[in-house]
Amino acid sequence: MNIFDILGPVMVGPSSSHTAGAAKIGYVSRALLGEKPVEAEIFLHGSFALTGKGHGTDRALIAGLLGMKPDDGRIPDSFEAAEEEGLQFTIGTMALKEVHPNSVLLRLKGEKGRALEIVASSLGGGRIRIVQIDGINTDFSGDYPTLIVHNLDQPGYVAEVASMLSHKSVNIATLNLYRNKRGGYAVMVIETDQPVPEEVLKWLAHLEGIIKVTYLQPV
Amino acid sequence: MIFSGYADLIQESREKGEELWHYILLADANEKGISEEESMEMMNHLWEAMKMASDNYDGTRKSASGLSGGNGAKMKAYKEKCISGEFIGEVIAEAISMGESNACMRRIVAAPTAGSCGVLPAVLIPYCRKYQVPDQKVIEALYLTAGMGGVIATRASIAGAEGGCQAEIGSASAMAAAALVYLAGGTLEQTADAAALALKGLLGLVCDPIAGLVEVPCVKRNVIGAVNAITAVDMVMAGVTSFVPVDQVIDAMGEIGRNMLPMYRETGEGGLAATPAARKVKQQDFRKA
Repeated sequence: MNIFDILGPVMVGPSSSHTAGAAKIGYVSRALLGEKPVEAEIFLHGSFALTGKGHGTDRALIAGLLGMKPDDGRIPDSFEAAEEEGLQFTIGTMALKEVHPNSVLLRLKGEKGRALEIVASSLGGGRIRIVQIDGINTDFSGDYPTLIVHNLDQPGYVAEVASMLSHKSVNIATLNLYRNKRGGYAVMVIETDQPVPEEVLKWLAHLEGIIKVTYLQPV
Repeated sequence: MIFSGYADLIQESREKGEELWHYILLADANEKGISEEESMEMMNHLWEAMKMASDNYDGTRKSASGLSGGNGAKMKAYKEKCISGEFIGEVIAEAISMGESNACMRRIVAAPTAGSCGVLPAVLIPYCRKYQVPDQKVIEALYLTAGMGGVIATRASIAGAEGGCQAEIGSASAMAAAALVYLAGGTLEQTADAAALALKGLLGLVCDPIAGLVEVPCVKRNVIGAVNAITAVDMVMAGVTSFVPVDQVIDAMGEIGRNMLPMYRETGEGGLAATPAARKVKQQDFRKA
């Protein structure tokens, strides 16, 4: 229980789940992409799809993708800002399977060509969960520094990453492993108490068998 | 668990020889690993943001649906003529204005939710203006009431989708009552009693927003939350007590919320949302606008 979840956040209205949470999803998605997004396909699910327009969910998601936080007064004008910043987007609806009523799927492309598909849910009070990355189930909040490593599903990768973090005195808060199939490709999501140094990310990205490294600094 | 009960909070703070607001601050700062100064800075930021949101109200704005806007300005112009007196007139104006700012995508402070963002400022801002309360004192009241909110969230809920409107406007009203007793110089027991009276008055209130939007009846329910808090405080300061202790009132609110049909929990399907007037809004389908 955090008393600033009771009082606060400072946010642009009208809804902590449909507006503030949506802006945070956009913001975290941009951070996960790791570069400026130039294309975004957005699909709203459930209550997001039904009442999103009246709650400014669409504008809040785009605002977040442009790097605006949930208290940014420019959120209502984010569509215009997207045009200025060269972000092309479409917003539709989609019935996603087994997700929270306030969920969204984002397909993003960055200015350097990096692509990412994210499913995220807004849980209320502005809190969010990232529930899928590139088709693999995940479960993290974006409140901690988060390291996401896609690798071949082979022995030793968890040990490599964990020992490197230990060497840099980074404490692991949570660690989750997911894979699409045995011997296929795997994703580890590690939430840490300290920021992960840049050189760790570089070292990881060059390691054989690592497909993709994504790092998120908390909002 | 620190927020397991308000009576426990009072007792523990006394055992530690700390003021309750300070005990809550320290417990939260320890949990987050931040300093007392950093915590105070965050709370100060919230209070400043509340006042700024009040100052930035724009009575010419309309929400995307067209359902909200302009009534705060009407109340501000009328407040001297209010049958309930100018102070309550100011409270009504502040509550509606904040609710409308929220509906019109302006910056507000969720307290405890965006839909109930008007209750606390509608009580605190006019009171502080009238009695020249220093900001430090308000910050203390905000910690105290955040502790009350923490207890409500732990024992019951502060989400309309879980507990109906009683969990949002009801909780905000209880929190505002506790804060106001603190500012008015009441005892900790009186902060508990005022919150109990305020919440009791709103038990059973359902969440039935038209078209699922945080507009009708949410904006004007902020008024009832704020005025209800003030009358609870007046009763308590006159010596009236609550027969049921606040922790038990909160449990009752939780129980009622758990047994509320889903159509009354923020789905936009029951109550006011199911009236012919509400259906007309849906037919217009402003979502395509």
